[in-house]
Amino acid sequence: MRMLDKRAIVAAGATCLALVLATPGYAEDTIKIGVIAEAQAVAGSSIPQAAQLAADEINAAGGVNGKKIEIVTYDNHSSAAESVRAFQRAANEDHVNAVIASYISEVVLALEPWTGRLKTVMVTPGAASDVITQNIAKDYDHLKYTFHGYSTSTSIADATCDAAKDLLVNQLHMKSAVVMSEDAAWTTPLDEEYLKCLPNIGIKVVDHIRMSPDTTDFTPIFNKIEGEKPDVIITGISHVGVQPTVQWKQQEVPIPMFGVSSQATNSSFWNDTNGAVEGVLYQAFAGPGVAVTPKTLPFVAAFNKRFGNNPSYCGYTAYDEVYYLADAFRRAGSTDPDKLVDALEKTDYVGTIGRVKFKGKDSPNPHALMIGTDTITGLMLQWQDGKQTNLWPAKVANGKMKFPKFIKVGAAN
Amino acid sequence: MLFWQILIDGFAISSLYALGATGFALIFGVSGVLNLSHGALMVAAVVAAWAAGNDLHVGPYAGATIGVAVGLVASMITYFLIVRPLQQSRKIREEEKEIFILTATLLWGIMLQELIAYFYTNNAKTVAPIVEGVVRIVGVRTPSNEIFTAVVCWLVIGILWLLVNRTRAGKAVLAASMNPRGVTLLGVELSQVYIAVWAIYGVLVGVAGVLLGMFLGVSSYSVGPLTASAFSIVVLGGLGSVSGALIAAYIVGYLETLTAYLYDPSYRTIPALLLLVVVMYVSPRGLLGRR
Repeated sequence: MRMLDKRAIVAAGATCLALVLATPGYAEDTIKIGVIAEAQAVAGSSIPQAAQLAADEINAAGGVNGKKIEIVTYDNHSSAAESVRAFQRAANEDHVNAVIASYISEVVLALEPWTGRLKTVMVTPGAASDVITQNIAKDYDHLKYTFHGYSTSTSIADATCDAAKDLLVNQLHMKSAVVMSEDAAWTTPLDEEYLKCLPNIGIKVVDHIRMSPDTTDFTPIFNKIEGEKPDVIITGISHVGVQPTVQWKQQEVPIPMFGVSSQATNSSFWNDTNGAVEGVLYQAFAGPGVAVTPKTLPFVAAFNKRFGNNPSYCGYTAYDEVYYLADAFRRAGSTDPDKLVDALEKTDYVGTIGRVKFKGKDSPNPHALMIGTDTITGLMLQWQDGKQTNLWPAKVANGKMKFPKFIKVGAAN
Repeated sequence: MLFWQILIDGFAISSLYALGATGFALIFGVSGVLNLSHGALMVAAVVAAWAAGNDLHVGPYAGATIGVAVGLVASMITYFLIVRPLQQSRKIREEEKEIFILTATLLWGIMLQELIAYFYTNNAKTVAPIVEGVVRIVGVRTPSNEIFTAVVCWLVIGILWLLVNRTRAGKAVLAASMNPRGVTLLGVELSQVYIAVWAIYGVLVGVAGVLLGMFLGVSSYSVGPLTASAFSIVVLGGLGSVSGALIAAYIVGYLETLTAYLYDPSYRTIPALLLLVVVMYVSPRGLLGRR
C-alpha cells in the first residue's frame, strides 16, 4: 500500500508539472488582451462585449501574425482597488499582452503606475481626465505604456462649445448658462475648459455648480439654477444621470440641458428614465444611425444583433481599441511591450468614431487622441421621441432641435 | 418663497421616510429584529416595478402593484429563509441570536444588492409615475407626484394605525410588542404574529420603495444609504417606537431639506447624523424609546 501511495504522489506531481509546463506553450498560440471593466454598469458592460466582437471578427479573418486574439475579462465592480488586483492578475498570472481598462478616470489613474511597474500596455476606452496623459508627460519612460483611447475632458468641453456655438448661440440666440457638473476627477478639467470656452462663444456663465455624485434629490439644485434665470444648463454628468434627468422632467424645469451626459449615450436610457430624457442634448463621439465613418453603422448593427442593444459610448472605443492593438501587434511583429508602445504611437487607424492618432511624446498630453476636423470631431445628439437624433455637425445631422412643452427656450431674453 | 419650497419638499421626503421607517420600527418592536436588508428589499421593489414597466410593458398601476408584491414576497423570504431559522436554532445561544440575525440580514442585503446589480446593472432606475405634471401651491411649482407620494404615505400609515388599534389581530401585534410572553399566555400563537408583522412590513417596504422609485429613483448603490437612513430614524425616534419613528422621520427629513436648500445639497445627510450622535449621548433611548 505504501508503495502505491508513493507512486500515486509521483504521478500526481508529474501531472502538475506537465500542466505547468504546458501553459506557456498554450499562451504563445494566442495574443491575450485583458479587459477590466464595470460589467455591472450600463456604460461599462459594452466594453467587454465590444472587445469580444472585435476579437471574433479579427480571428475569423485569420487573426494576427497567425495567432488568435483571446479576450480575458475582469469585472472591477467600479472599484479602483479591484481594478488594480485585476490588473496584477492579468499581467502576472494570465500573462496578457495588453489591457483595455475602464471608463472611470479614478480607476485609470490608479492603474496608470501599474502599467509601468508591470510593463503592460493599457488603453482606456472611456476615462476622460486630462491628468492621465499629463502624468505620461511628467514620467514618460515609466508611464509610456498608458494610452488614452478616449477624448480628454478638455477636448470634450471644446467639442461641446463648438456645438453650442452653432446650436445655442447662432440658432437660439442664447446668452447665459449655468454649468452643472458632478464632483469627480474627469470634470475638473472639463469645468475649467467650459468656463473658458463658453464666454468665447458669447455665453456668459452665471453660476458654476459642482454636486456630489451621491446626490439623490436634485430639487434644491434645479431650484437654485432656475432662480438665476440662465438660458441653458451646461452639464458634466456621468456617474449620475437617471435621477437628475427624471427630476428635471418631473419638476418641469423650464431650462434645456446641454452638454456631457454619459448615461444618455446608452440606448437603454429612454427606458431607464421612463422617457424623461426627451429633449436632453448630449455630446458624444458616435451615435446610432450616424455614419461617422464607414465602419460605424456596420459595428452598431453587428453589436445589436449579437447583444440585443446598442453599444454605449465606450463600446465604440473598446471595439476600435482591439482593432488598433491588433494592428500594432502586427506591425511590431512581436508582443514585446516596448515594441508595442512604439507601434501604437504610430497608429493611424480609421475606426468607428473617426481617425485614431495619438499625440506624440513631446505634447503636454502624450498618448491622448488627436481631436480635430481631420481626426475626431464629436457630435451633439438629442433624445427625441425615444430615439437618439444627431443635430451637429450639420453634414451628419439627421434631425432638427426640438424641446418638450415645459421648456421655455429663450425665456430669460 | 424659499420657505414654502422647503416646507413642501420637506414634507414629501419626510412622509416617505416615515413610511419606510415605520415598518422597520414595527419589526423591531414586535420581534426584536433589526433588519439590515431593509434597503435591499426597497430597491428590489423599485427594480421589479421598473422591470415590469419596461420588460413586460405593463401600465404604471400594474407596475406599482408588481413592485409592492415583490416587496411582500422578498420580506416573507427574508423572514422564512434568513430570520426564522436563526430564531429557532438550538445551536445558537439565545443572547447571541440578535447579533446572528443582524449579521445574516446584512449579508442577505448585500446578496440581494449584488443580484440586482448583476441582472439589472447598478445604474439608477425610476418607476413610471402614476400622476404626472405640476401644480402650483402658494407659488411653488410642485410635481403632482410629490403630493401623491405624501398622500399615499399618510393613507398607508393611517390604515396601519387602524389595523393595529382597531382589529383583534392588530391588538395581538401591539400586545406582542409590549410583552411577548404575556401574549402567548393568552393563547396567541407568537409565530403567527411574526408572520403577520413581516407581511405588513413587506407591504410597507414595497409601497415606500415604489413611491421612492417614482419620486427620486434608486440604484443598487442605494441599498446601504436606505438601510442607514431607516436605521438612524428609528434609533433617533427610539427603538421599537412607531410614533417615535414618525416624529424622527420629520425631524430628519426637514433637517436634510434645510441643509440642502440653505447650505449645500452635498452635505444634506450630515446634520441629521450629528443630531443622532447628540441624542445618543444625551438620551440613549432616543425620543420615545422603550428599550
